[in-house]
Amino acid sequence: MQNWFPENVSTFGADVDGIFWLIFYITTVWFFLTEGLILYFVFRYRRRPGCKAVYAAGDTWRQLAWVLVPMAIIVALDVLIDVRGADVWAKVKLQRPPTDIIVRATGKQFNWEFTYPGPDGKFGTDDDLTTDNELHIPVGKPIHVVLTSKDVIHSFFLPHFRLKQDAMPGREIPVWFEATKPGEYEIPCAELCGFGHSGMNGRLFVQTADDYGRWVAEKWPEKRPTDGDRQSETKSRRSRG
Amino acid sequence: MNDIAQKNHAHGNPRNFWRLYVFSTDHKVIAKQYLGLALFWALLGGFTAYLIRWQIAHPDTEAWGWGFIEPGVYNALVTMHGTIMVFFVAMPLLLAVFGNFLIPLMIGARDMAFPRLNMLSVWIFALASIVLITSFFVPGGAPAAGWTGYPPLSAKNEYTGGGYGVDLWLVALALEFASFLLGGVNFLTTAMNLRAPGMTWLRLPVLVWMQLIAAVVFMLSVGPIIAGAVLLLMDRNLGTTFYAPAGGGDPLLWQHLFWFFGHPEVYVILLPGFGIILEVLAVFARKPVFAYRPIIYASMVAGLLSFIVWAHHQYLSGMDPRLAMPFSITTIIISVPFGLVVLSIIATLWGSSMSFQTPMLFALGSLGVFIFGGLTGIFNGSAPVDIYIHDTYFVVAHFHYTLISNVFFAGFAGLYYWFPKMFGRMMNEALGKIHFWLTFIFFNAVFGPMHLVGVGGMMRRISNPTQYDFLKPVEPLNMFITLMAILLLVSQLAFVINFLWSLLAGKVATANPWRSNTLEWTTSSPPPHENFAATPVVHRGAYEYSVPHAQDDWLPQDFDSDKASKAALP
Repeated sequence: MQNWFPENVSTFGADVDGIFWLIFYITTVWFFLTEGLILYFVFRYRRRPGCKAVYAAGDTWRQLAWVLVPMAIIVALDVLIDVRGADVWAKVKLQRPPTDIIVRATGKQFNWEFTYPGPDGKFGTDDDLTTDNELHIPVGKPIHVVLTSKDVIHSFFLPHFRLKQDAMPGREIPVWFEATKPGEYEIPCAELCGFGHSGMNGRLFVQTADDYGRWVAEKWPEKRPTDGDRQSETKSRRSRG
Repeated sequence: MNDIAQKNHAHGNPRNFWRLYVFSTDHKVIAKQYLGLALFWALLGGFTAYLIRWQIAHPDTEAWGWGFIEPGVYNALVTMHGTIMVFFVAMPLLLAVFGNFLIPLMIGARDMAFPRLNMLSVWIFALASIVLITSFFVPGGAPAAGWTGYPPLSAKNEYTGGGYGVDLWLVALALEFASFLLGGVNFLTTAMNLRAPGMTWLRLPVLVWMQLIAAVVFMLSVGPIIAGAVLLLMDRNLGTTFYAPAGGGDPLLWQHLFWFFGHPEVYVILLPGFGIILEVLAVFARKPVFAYRPIIYASMVAGLLSFIVWAHHQYLSGMDPRLAMPFSITTIIISVPFGLVVLSIIATLWGSSMSFQTPMLFALGSLGVFIFGGLTGIFNGSAPVDIYIHDTYFVVAHFHYTLISNVFFAGFAGLYYWFPKMFGRMMNEALGKIHFWLTFIFFNAVFGPMHLVGVGGMMRRISNPTQYDFLKPVEPLNMFITLMAILLLVSQLAFVINFLWSLLAGKVATANPWRSNTLEWTTSSPPPHENFAATPVVHRGAYEYSVPHAQDDWLPQDFDSDKASKAALP
């Protein structure tokens, strides 16, 4: 079944998958126990002449124990799932390793706009760069993405990173991730956003340090921010604080 | 205790066609009216499913019998499929049909406490149906913002390209809620006041308990969504900004209001289904329901807990992420009472003597399918796992396993089982068995592989998965699922043919073809207008099957062993 997951290229992807597999093994055991029992009972207790049913109404503690003991086991396993799960949730959604690579992602009908702060590291300045659907990041470094929307709710989904977060108008929601290997990945939208929802898809370029450096140099040739030169291909915009 | 109530609604036996079949206050007729509406909507809902599956597997081709499906139309299809199945099939079938037909009969009453209110309920539901159908035909077409209708998408027509569709949708839902609120009041009042002498609370069949708990949960949970719907109507038509950040509002408000209702709602649907399964299993296994009282208490606890799990639909919504673990914990706790119910159902089968007519097959099938769906719920309830599977086909597979097992498998079990009582004829057993096996096999063939589609990352509500490279691996799965879905839908013909043919020419049914203990089987099939020739007197609980040293393997609730005379037996 692991083969059905997209390849994981995220530092926390294995943690997320790990909880999936923990639950998978537990539920698979229960599945075979319960369904197996039902199949066995259906065969063993089929109606046969001369055989009467047993009047067992579960109204004694001895009989109820057959239900209560498995339930206690279920509770213990539930606790295990939540304790392990809490750690992973905290890692992905509550903590954010510090980094200097921050990009703003704005969902709109029907594409992602990615805004880079440029060499000055600040949004809302002249060296900002906004692209449609192209997110460039270096491999092996934590990345912060700040999500928002221009219109309806969208959802920023990186299947190969096991990351998803809804993007809301009027909010700025931070996410983080770190890529373990270079490559090109898709950024589908995962929340119904209108008739163009299907096909709304960004591209994530995870680049080696060298390639990333070249991309940065290409986008921001050596100029001081006060030069007033504009980027040639897309507009630079002031982002709203 | 019930003299005054019964005097108050004593009325003559109506004779003309309109009072008998259209404007009837008889709970049995009303139940059949709900059944007719629910079956109509089930066919329409099934047709939307066919078109959805066609588009997914063969994007941008012409569906047989329909034609090309544009993306906007696709969104309307998924919206209407969910809306129809939850609110216009599941609710009327499980609650209104079986609750209306069975509660008075099972408690030994002549009718509901408020027969005219009951008639009003079904007419409001019919009106809701008309309003929803109208949405297909207005400019802009049917609503296309998902059955969950999240704003801002649903709040502004320019976002969906729609017109009045969402407004009609909201009005239809509000009417449907009103109908079921009135029904819930009726069910509770009837059960509290009109039980026959000797029918104490703990002698009630489990099905009645489940209907009552569902009614209470529904009534407590529906207020917030009605409020939310009114706010959305206002945003859409009066320029308010409850859900619009630009005006100081918050789209997240809708989500909380919707899901605070939405989660208890799925248990409102689930519990009556469990009630049906337990009634059928007890009769066909000739055994008492195992742990009758714990099951009732566990169902009450589950109903209560259902009010504190709602935000497991919103882990990734933008709400404070610190809320995810508390809701994960409450969600996982709710598996405890349901575990008790399911394990007790299994324990009912131990030491039994099972015969496998169609109702029993569907009851067992429902149990088996539900267990699988319940287990995949654990994946969805875990917040970290949900980061990946939220809004993928894993969720879709999960809720179809839990919902279809209840609405369709348990619903069919109930229909095949109570058809003789409702219509005075038996359904064809051979055709019933064929229907079961085809449905069981094709259902699993559709929704089993769908988990893999979800694990592969396919998002919900996209009309063309071939637009994504990473979804290439699931293309063959989608094609297989679509083929199986078409076969599943076609298999339902076995039921439609059986149902219609049996109505007209089925074998005439006796009063108690299944040798069941509960009170509805002590009167004729179908019952007379006033249900019973004389008010039943109840001497025992509903599940005295295979009592040791008894002459028969069953003992009806009203059998007076002192008088040594039996009530109406075949």
